[in-house]
Amino acid sequence: MNGEGGLVAGGVAHGFAGTKVLDGIDLRVPRGGVLAILGPSGAGKTTLLHILGGLLEPDAGRIDRPFERSAFVFQDPLLLPWRTARGNVVFGLAGERLSRAERLARARSMLVKVGLGQGDAGLYPHQLSGGMKKRVALARALAVLPDLLLLDEAFSALDVGLSREMQQLVRLDAQERGVTVVLVTHDLSEAVRLADRAVVLAGRPGRIVARLAIDRPARLRDDAFVEAEIRRIAALDAIRDAFRPTLSG
Amino acid sequence: MPRLSWRRLTGGGERRWAMLGLAVVVALWEIGHRAYGDFVLPSPLATLAALGRLAAGGELGPAVATTARDALSGFVAATLAGSFLGGLAGRSMPVRAMLQPIATMLIGVPAIAWVVLSLLWFGSSGLAATFSVAVAAGPLVFAAATQGTRTVDGGLRTMARAFRVPLGARIVDVYLPHVLSHLLPALGTALAMSWKVAVMAELLSGAGGIGDGLAAARAEVDTAKTMAWVVVVVALLLVVERLIIEPARRHFETWRRGLPGEAA
Repeated sequence: MNGEGGLVAGGVAHGFAGTKVLDGIDLRVPRGGVLAILGPSGAGKTTLLHILGGLLEPDAGRIDRPFERSAFVFQDPLLLPWRTARGNVVFGLAGERLSRAERLARARSMLVKVGLGQGDAGLYPHQLSGGMKKRVALARALAVLPDLLLLDEAFSALDVGLSREMQQLVRLDAQERGVTVVLVTHDLSEAVRLADRAVVLAGRPGRIVARLAIDRPARLRDDAFVEAEIRRIAALDAIRDAFRPTLSG
Repeated sequence: MPRLSWRRLTGGGERRWAMLGLAVVVALWEIGHRAYGDFVLPSPLATLAALGRLAAGGELGPAVATTARDALSGFVAATLAGSFLGGLAGRSMPVRAMLQPIATMLIGVPAIAWVVLSLLWFGSSGLAATFSVAVAAGPLVFAAATQGTRTVDGGLRTMARAFRVPLGARIVDVYLPHVLSHLLPALGTALAMSWKVAVMAELLSGAGGIGDGLAAARAEVDTAKTMAWVVVVVALLLVVERLIIEPARRHFETWRRGLPGEAA
């Protein structure tokens, strides 16, 4: 895992309708690295993720994105209501050169990985629970075998056990194939479990107010480590300041 | 096979209630006939007999064919032009801003005025009926297509972009199902309107069709024959609605089953 050819953002700024939401963002994620973007709501986390993933062209600054396939899990599952769970995963593969049978096989095995069996795979989104929809969205993203995976609160609607399971799945998949991961979350424990570095966005426009590194390899992070690490991070002044506005109001 | 199509015509499990509703109408018709006599309201049986005479006399077949041609050609023109322009207007603000007032204006013109104008423009050829139907039904289709295209979920579009889904698959999987949920009900309404306007145009042009038959029945002061023609139009409408529009709606909207407000 060397840092060559990773994801780099330099001097990125962006605004909507004249209001600046991001300013002076510099960051780099080495290939195979996992970056967590933390911060209070409204700090521009999702906007930054969309810029990093190439869905938004920033007003200023440059992005190096030397990846072949990126995949998103959005904050809303964004499933096609007229396609079954399986059909939705297949839809994510529409841009790949695969036969229909290959698409179906890949969709099926990916759905099994996220814990949805044959019966669930044939259901339409309105027949699925919120957590199941999120898992379908995750399966859709993993099915394209991305080398850059962008997760926007991907585990937030899941119950604790399930969200841990899905985090584990992403971590293993990412390690196995050397996937670079950027995840947006408001959950410090999620960041501590998955990421090897994190940035904290705060203020309006959003700037990076803190950079954290979590050095212990992800597979060696047990509950005690996660708890201690959360306590350590939450005690940092920069973190307290960043989250204060949302805590008091 | 005939059993199957009968089920289709009457709508499967609900057919008993549908039949009951129809029976109530026929009963009221019979009561009206007894109260007001043959001239004002011929009995259902007399109407059927007149219908039989029309069929036996060889008038029915050609009239139905002509009206179907007039109505369906206009309907197809309205559907093609309406959905194409509506789709365009839904995606582009300038096109929408330009076409919407025109569509509103066209909807405001009474259908009978279109009939008169197209008779003046095209003479009493079949084209007059086709044109009247197209211009009366087109704006309805246009409005629905605009609304459908405009309200396609922005999130789904972003998602399709994020997964680099090719344009063809994007149109088929993201746009079409949503647009159709707006378009299909409008097409049902437009189709019903097409028959009415076609009959109206034929009545004034005298170029054949059910409308022409109605004009003849009026000239002969033959109420039973008039009622017979009305029955023919209604039957045609029901058959087309049940055999084309309903199955199309079901085919495209299987996914809606089990949604709140939809039959399981």
